Amino acid sequence: MNKITNRKVICDVLMERAETDRDITVLCSDSRGSASMTPFFAKYPGQTVEVGIAEQDLVSISAGMAKAGLKPYAFSPASFLSTRSYEQIKIDCAYSNQNVKLVGISGGISYGALGMSHHSAQDIAAVSAIPNMRVYLPSDRFQTRKLFEALLDDDKPAYIRIGRNAVEDVYSEDSCPFVMDRASVLSEGKDALIVACGEMVRPALDAVELLKQSGIDAALLDMYCVKPLDTETLLKYAGPVRAVVTVEEHSPFGGLGSMVSQVIGAECPKRVRNMALPDAPVITGTSAEVFRYYGLIGEGIAKKVREML
Amino acid sequence: MENLEAKAYDLRQMALDIIMAGGGGHIGGDMSVMEILMALYYCQMNISPENVNDPGRDYFILSKGHSVEAYYAVLCDRGFLDYETVKSQFSKFGSEYIGHPNNHLNGIEMNSGSLGHGLPVSVGLALGNRRKGRDSRVYVVMGDGELAEGSVWEGFMSGHMYGLDNLCAVIDRNHLQISGNTEDVMAHEVLRDRVAAFGWHVISVREGNSIPELNAAFEEAKSVKGQPTCIIADTVKGCGSPLMENKADWHHHLPTAEEYAQITRDFAAHKAALLAQ
Repeated sequence: MNKITNRKVICDVLMERAETDRDITVLCSDSRGSASMTPFFAKYPGQTVEVGIAEQDLVSISAGMAKAGLKPYAFSPASFLSTRSYEQIKIDCAYSNQNVKLVGISGGISYGALGMSHHSAQDIAAVSAIPNMRVYLPSDRFQTRKLFEALLDDDKPAYIRIGRNAVEDVYSEDSCPFVMDRASVLSEGKDALIVACGEMVRPALDAVELLKQSGIDAALLDMYCVKPLDTETLLKYAGPVRAVVTVEEHSPFGGLGSMVSQVIGAECPKRVRNMALPDAPVITGTSAEVFRYYGLIGEGIAKKVREML
Repeated sequence: MENLEAKAYDLRQMALDIIMAGGGGHIGGDMSVMEILMALYYCQMNISPENVNDPGRDYFILSKGHSVEAYYAVLCDRGFLDYETVKSQFSKFGSEYIGHPNNHLNGIEMNSGSLGHGLPVSVGLALGNRRKGRDSRVYVVMGDGELAEGSVWEGFMSGHMYGLDNLCAVIDRNHLQISGNTEDVMAHEVLRDRVAAFGWHVISVREGNSIPELNAAFEEAKSVKGQPTCIIADTVKGCGSPLMENKADWHHHLPTAEEYAQITRDFAAHKAALLAQ
């Protein structure tokens, strides 16, 4: 079982680059520990900003620093970052077109028993609805590295949601195909298509294996780029299959499922089922317990696919 | 030397004509903020159409973005924008010349419109400029009604925390907002003390529609080290015509033809009196 968190990987990538790129600046809202950014703050104090528990200030200051030509990476729990500072994202980052990378840490239901205040089940819907904002949910540590290496080379705003805990690997050191804004194809299949993002990719991969054992060929797309959605790859893989299942750690409304359904409905109508968190505060528990309860695990996803065929 | 105090009434007329051409605008705040914008753009800031992309320029953020018609007048007169184009396109279908600052337009740094954003953005801009080793100064103009936004006070906190002496905030203290007197809507009566308590150097300008008084305050701000400065400029909403002065109803009132004629006469009279001095 992998023990390295995605947030740790992000810190590593930023520290490597900050050595030569003095414009990289990490901003935290009393969140450097949660963000695993303590080493960055220790090594590059002149490239950090602490704003205290003030997410609106965090985002506006980041936008101002981007305007000054710096490359701000703002870290705050996804729940607060995405909605407490929503208008600052909309106006100061997206509308004013500033190169701010907003990293929502401890995303989805990572905070478990801390309750709905700390869960971000609305962030994909909220941030995706803003013109000029991109939304990324990397699935594992290897893809997280590739994604941040790519983000460091562009100059547009983006929101990236990661979880708190280490997640099981989807890819490997040697094999992590990555093209910016293109879904990664994890399985080819003629019977069904599963589209997943973030921490739901790993259980979706488990589902593919379970389905294979029962003679069902399921394709799997790691749609880490929820916005801009890779519609070309989506339609290529959705075309031949009889059913499409989407899986996400998010509200059933406005997230990956909604966006995939919109494209399938318009371009190649067929049955789509969206697997997501409920439209309610989630049951109390660890991530693993909560995912199991709602069927967001290999067996649950495989069951949903079988029901549709 | 050009009589800027008299010129302010030409620019008020331009703002008024932009509003009339577009069929709406925030006239009251346009008139209160005019001298603040002029002191900055004609006397204080290192900014011009020639150096508008030079990272070492000074930076301006209009946090009270609804006063954009006054800002357009200043940007036109300083050569950033073309006045006839602004007047003909303001608020028209498909236009970039909208009712709040739009940074697709030459000279405008950041988009605003929703209140309470400009100060924290300016904190980031001032901190970023300092880290880039620039001498640039950052100026932000807020309205007084805007101060009810909590994000403003987050900005006051962080501006002090980082000792941003390259940052100067100006409050257009006209004492009115859309619903009435600021002290009735959400009181700031000890505003100077409140801002000072956040660790800012505070300068009160009693005649906030006087360019010389504003310039003196801006010069004092430049000499302050280790902390940011906030200038509280007591202005007159609707300044320039008794028809609209100190009347909350004129926050975004569109003058009738008769009112337009009267205001135009009042502006001309102010200008003539100032030129005769």
